[in-house]
This record gives sequence, C-alpha cells and structure tokens, in this order.
Amino acid sequence: MTRRDLRRALKRTGLYAAALGFMLFAGFPFYWMLITAFKQNRDLYVGASDLSHVPWIFNDPPTLEHVRLLFGQTDFPRWVLNTLVVVVAVVAITVAVAVPAGYSLARLAGRWGERMGMGIFFTYLIPPTLLFVPFSRLISLLGLQNSLGSLILIYPTMTIPFCTWLVMGFLRSVPWEIEEQAMIDGYSRLAVILRVAPRLIVPGILTVIVFTFTLVMQEFVYALTFISSVEKMTVSLGVPIALVRGDVYHWGALMAAALFTSIPLAVVYNLFIDRFIQGFTMGAVKG
Amino acid sequence: MAGVEIRNLRKHFAELHAVDGVDLSIRDGEFLVLLGSSGSGKTTLLRMIAGLERPTSGEIHIGGERVDGDVPPRARGIAMVFQSYALYPHRTVFQNIAFPLEAVRTPRQQIEEKVRWAAEMFSISRYLDRYPRQLSGGERQRVALCRALVRDPKVFLLDEPLANLDAKLRNTARDDLKRLQRRIQTTTVYVTHDQVEAMGLGDRIVVMERGKVRQVGTPQDVYEDPVDTFVATFVGQPPMNLLDLRDPSLPPGTLLGFRPEHFLPRSGFGPGEDVRGFRFSVRRVEYLGSDRYVYGSVSESDTPDATVIAKLPGTIALAIPEGETHEFAVPRRALRYFDAATGLRRRL
Repeated sequence: MTRRDLRRALKRTGLYAAALGFMLFAGFPFYWMLITAFKQNRDLYVGASDLSHVPWIFNDPPTLEHVRLLFGQTDFPRWVLNTLVVVVAVVAITVAVAVPAGYSLARLAGRWGERMGMGIFFTYLIPPTLLFVPFSRLISLLGLQNSLGSLILIYPTMTIPFCTWLVMGFLRSVPWEIEEQAMIDGYSRLAVILRVAPRLIVPGILTVIVFTFTLVMQEFVYALTFISSVEKMTVSLGVPIALVRGDVYHWGALMAAALFTSIPLAVVYNLFIDRFIQGFTMGAVKG
Repeated sequence: MAGVEIRNLRKHFAELHAVDGVDLSIRDGEFLVLLGSSGSGKTTLLRMIAGLERPTSGEIHIGGERVDGDVPPRARGIAMVFQSYALYPHRTVFQNIAFPLEAVRTPRQQIEEKVRWAAEMFSISRYLDRYPRQLSGGERQRVALCRALVRDPKVFLLDEPLANLDAKLRNTARDDLKRLQRRIQTTTVYVTHDQVEAMGLGDRIVVMERGKVRQVGTPQDVYEDPVDTFVATFVGQPPMNLLDLRDPSLPPGTLLGFRPEHFLPRSGFGPGEDVRGFRFSVRRVEYLGSDRYVYGSVSESDTPDATVIAKLPGTIALAIPEGETHEFAVPRRALRYFDAATGLRRRL
C-alpha cells in the first residue's frame, strides 16, 4: 500500500466516522422515543437508585400500555385530525399568497421589490409573545375564539412573510432568461407566470410547504391562547396538556404521541429531500 | 423578412445611460454585429429590440411597424438566443424546439415536421428525446438556435451565443451560423465582445462604447478606416499603435496611428516605396508560431517610453535581437492621423 492509498483510506475512514457520528446524533432521540414509548413503567422509572440498571435497552418485556393510554384516555386521534385540518388550510393559504407575492417582488417590482421583501421579512421577526394580546382581541372581535378558524387565520401571519422571502431568494437562483425566452416564444407575461414559471419553482414551493408544515405542527403559544376546549386542540397543545398533570409526566404516553406524529413526517421529508437538494435548473443555463 | 430602424433610442437606469441616443438602420437580410466591451450598452440595445426592456425614449421599427410602445416580445416577429441558451430544463429537446410552435397552436403534425426539419439542419436529430442537462454545451447551443429557427422570425437576435463554447468549437459554430444565415437570409442582430467573431460574421459592424455608437461599417471599414482612437485601439489584435510625435510637418496635437502588421523592418521595403522610417529600440520579442510580436519604443515619440508593437509574419526570417535599436518603417498609405484632444480622425 502506497502512502497515497493510505491517506485516502484514512480520509474515507474519517468521513464515515463523522457521518456515523451525525447519524447517531440525529437518530438517538428517535431511538429514545421508541423505547420509552414501549417500556413498562417499572423499567422506566428506576432512576438513580439502581446503578446496575441499563437505561437504553428493554430490561422488562415491551408493553402497549402507554399507547392504550394515549388512544384510549385522551383525544389524541381527534387532535391529529385537527392538526391536519389546520396544516392543510395554512399550507394552502401560504402557498396561494406567498408564491405569487415572492414572484412579483422578485421579478416584477424592480429595485423596490428587494426592499419590500426585506420589510415583509422583518414582520416575521416580531415575537408571538408580543402579538398574541392584540391578536386575541381581534379573534374575539371576529367571534373565532376557541375554534380552529382562529389558528387558520393567525398562522399565515407567521408563514407568509417568511415564505415570501424564501420564494424571492429561490427565484434569484432561477435564471430570468428562461421566462424571457418564453415571452419571446409566444407567451404573454401572464401565461408565463401561470404556465412556465410554476414548473421552474417547484423546489421553492416544496420548501414553502415543508416550512409551513413544520411551523404549524410545533406551534404552541397561539394554540394555547385561542383554544380552550379539549376537542378543538392540536397535537402540540393537547398532548402536553393531557399528559402532563401537575408534576406528573406520563413519559411513555408523551413519547408515544411524539413517535406517532414524527414518523409520518420523517417519511414525507425523506421522500422530498432530493427535490430540495437537486439543482433543478442545472443544464438549463451555461455549458 | 424585414429591416430594423432605430431612431434616437435611449435607455436610462437612473443615472446610468446604458443606451444614449442610438440611430441605426439595419437592412433586410443583413447580418449586423453589435461590438463593444461589457457595459457598452450592446445587450441593452438588443433587449430593447426584443421588447424585454422598455426604452426611455426613441423609436424602434421592425419591418416598417413601430414596436417600441406596448408591442410585447411575442408579437414582434423576432427570435432570440441568449448566451445561457435558456432551455426549458424540464422539457426534452423536441419539446424545447416545439415550444414556440405550441404557443401559437400549430397543428401537431406540422410541429412534428418542422421540428424534425430544423433538427436535421443542425444535426441534432439524435438528441430529440434527451433533456438539456444531458447535452454538451455545443449541443445545447444548437438546440437554442433550432428553437429560434422554427418560429420563422423576421429578425434573429443573438446575444453572444458562442461565448460559452470552447475555442475549437467556436470556430465551427461560427461557420455554421454564417452559412445558415446566408441560406435563410433572415435579418440578424448579433451581440458580441469578441472582435474576431464580429469581423468574421458581420456584414456590417456597429462599434459601441458607453451607450453610444462610435462607428458603423463593414469589417474592412472599421479595421482600416477607424473614425477615432477608440475604434482604432478596440478593433485589431494587437491594437493600433498611437504615437504623439513632435513632427513639424504635422499640425500640432496630432496623433499618428499605424497597425502593428504595417510596422516592419525597413529592409523589407523596396527603394521606391513611400515609407516613414522610425528608430525602434526593441525590448522584447514574442514568438507565437505564425507571427512574432516585437515590443519596444520609438525615440521620436513625445512619450519615448510608450510601448510600440510590431507584428512580423513568419515569412520574415530576419533576426531581431532584443535590447538593440533597429530601422523600422511604415508605408505612408497605412498611416492614420487623429486629433490628440478629441480622439477623432484627421484627414490630412
């Protein structure tokens, strides 16, 4: 083996070691969630009293007791449904508003577009803790308190500014020339926007969807402010309220809830991950 | 087919006058090259003809029809090829070429025929099912030209279509382009910063600088009869030598210009030839195979350090040692005079 081969082998090993490290870092919470959700309470709450106890394996046979608690004694399925309703509505509103807004600011508004985009982005930086008091007045004025409608109305105020800015940034990487070419090739500006541009910004739209999805799934403050009945709650609100009672944490059921919400999400993200990374316009310009 | 008339056309971006009062008359069937460095306004001018940029003032007529107002790009009867080719990444080569035809709702069968005809012309029939990312730079360029061709445009607008090709391919692509234009006889406006492309392709060349037209003429006019020092030094490689001589036979403030290939050893000229002699102190000789570039200075010059370049063809075998002074000369018919203050040509 020459020195060069050796160095290459070392480099490879280092690379794999680093990748493995990151994989463990990312995967461990999932693993912890998984075993906690199916451990018997006896196995779960040993604490520091028994030093011979190994926490990261099943010491007792796994159990479905926590899952039964989650599905049988809480409104978990209902919350999932509520969350889905809110997510779908907010994603639809955000895409419908942010994509055209980002497109027009990036392509049609000239030099002012950039500045207005920045301005819109700044509104995203105002923390929800400042806004929920005025928002709650607005919501009660509209008669939307304690309804999913309040969340569907409020969440876009966070997602639209950021996503508009996201789309603008994405469009900067898509050469304008392709759309100009379409205008020369026989399309009107409107036809270009409706028929040519959407294909070019698919990855940008997907990013908007994922961002909105994530934000809505994890939102807590507004949900806590506007929703009071258990059957109207979303997952992020219902789970901690129902499963943290005083100072009693139902860890098994909490982790089961986290598991059942995060696994479908992880699968969906992995399906799309190539689309985000893919240089979609590669080959369209330059040699 | 149609000519293009441009009258007092301007485009201002705030303080910047990208195109600053251009008048141009492009004849029917002509191959016109806009030549200039970056920032000269040549691309902006082309984009205004295409309708992608709205003029600040002035008129554009294509085929006798005024288009500078609200006539959108698609209605101007033009086809354009961008430097980046701007192919649709999610469409195959066939679909790319068919795109302008689909836009005007051409019947399916006619599209099929036309695309095959154009693809045949550029020998890219083999690639019709591929996507742009699967093609080389030269193939992409031909797809872009194909797409421009199927529209049957009145005017072709080409924005540095060869700039992204490697040097070898560029020569053949240039030849293909010129042959195609001769065959279909469509008025063509071609933007480039490459003077070799401009000289080789253009029926006429428009030399632009800072938004203004400096000279319009055949490649020969522009090369042999530059109207000012800008054109004289911009066109030609190496550029024209300009000397400020204290020559009593010339009016004061006159620059003397001559091309490096006319600046040759005196011994090469016959005794009867009318030449102007110089004492040329040679600093360095560059051997380039077919030519030799000789760098040095001329003692008669007002600025004796200014570099003067001689371009000696390979047929002159005479040894030119570095560091010595040699007798060189320029035929008088090859001398050009310019005003030192304005840079404009002086006819003496």
